[in-house]
Amino acid sequence: MTQPGDEAIQDLENRGGDLKQFTFGILQFPGSNSDQDCIDAVEVMGHKARYVWHKEESLGHLDAVLVPGGFSYGDYLRAGAIARFSPVMKAVSDFAAEGGLVLGICNGFQILCEAGLLPGALIRNRSLQFRSEFVHLSTRNTQTPFTSAIPESHLMRVPIAHGEGCYFADETTLEEIEANHQILWQYTTSEGNQEDHANPNGSVKHIAGVCNKHQNVAALMPHPERACQDIIGSKDGRWIFMSLIDHLNRVVSTE
Amino acid sequence: MKAKIIITPKKAVLDPQGKAVLNALEHMGYDGIEDVHVGRFLELELCGDKASMESKIEEACHRLLSNPVIEDYRVEWEE
Repeated sequence: MTQPGDEAIQDLENRGGDLKQFTFGILQFPGSNSDQDCIDAVEVMGHKARYVWHKEESLGHLDAVLVPGGFSYGDYLRAGAIARFSPVMKAVSDFAAEGGLVLGICNGFQILCEAGLLPGALIRNRSLQFRSEFVHLSTRNTQTPFTSAIPESHLMRVPIAHGEGCYFADETTLEEIEANHQILWQYTTSEGNQEDHANPNGSVKHIAGVCNKHQNVAALMPHPERACQDIIGSKDGRWIFMSLIDHLNRVVSTE
Repeated sequence: MKAKIIITPKKAVLDPQGKAVLNALEHMGYDGIEDVHVGRFLELELCGDKASMESKIEEACHRLLSNPVIEDYRVEWEE
């Protein structure tokens, strides 16, 4: 079976690199720790990535923004609460408002929720434990820029590493995000069943990731960027980056 | 002048810390405690008086100090 992303990388190599290369901006906060992993993931996919420091007021030209994992500003007060007011987040909000693609990972999910760019909030894991392990994710909606390349009914095996990943939203918000198909990923067993023991943090409705109403901002607690090479245990994270790149290619081809 | 801000999880939000503390208290034999809610306490030292600071502090509570999706807050003023 072709592995996720191999085709695109082969394609790029066959053309001697003349396939459109996209530039991903990786935000860097004091305390970010998955920023380098994000750069690696984008480069493995054959595209370009550069850091954007949290004090920057402008993003420059970027095709997509990744808000990486870590413990921005020490997670003081609440995870993501202080990062959300950094100068770069104003630029990210403007970028998102213009339809730009923004993907948050782990602490990035917490920051985007705090910023009000995504619904809900992330609270302390129900077990009170920091959980670092592989999980399985089912994809609920494959019609978005973040999920379109994920094969129907494919379970992604990706790692998590967090202490505050329990997704919470009130009843009204949950009904709304259900109705708008904003729930993108849910925790399952390796057989694809939603069971409490396969929900590592106690998230409502087993939610691992959501998107906004316009489907251009999404985030998840698991780390797809740490699952892009066999040598580190899984390549399933590539499906998400593939989806983003496919979407950007479609946008380019209609321009 | 001080503003004391007490932040607690909303009723509908899971409070696993509160549950863990409640269990510990029960194990230690402190009966008669029905529930425990674990929140945060902030003490802000102010230059201005309550009248000049109240709306600013309320705004800060709403925007930064608490997350209205999951938390409630109340402010106590001390001369």
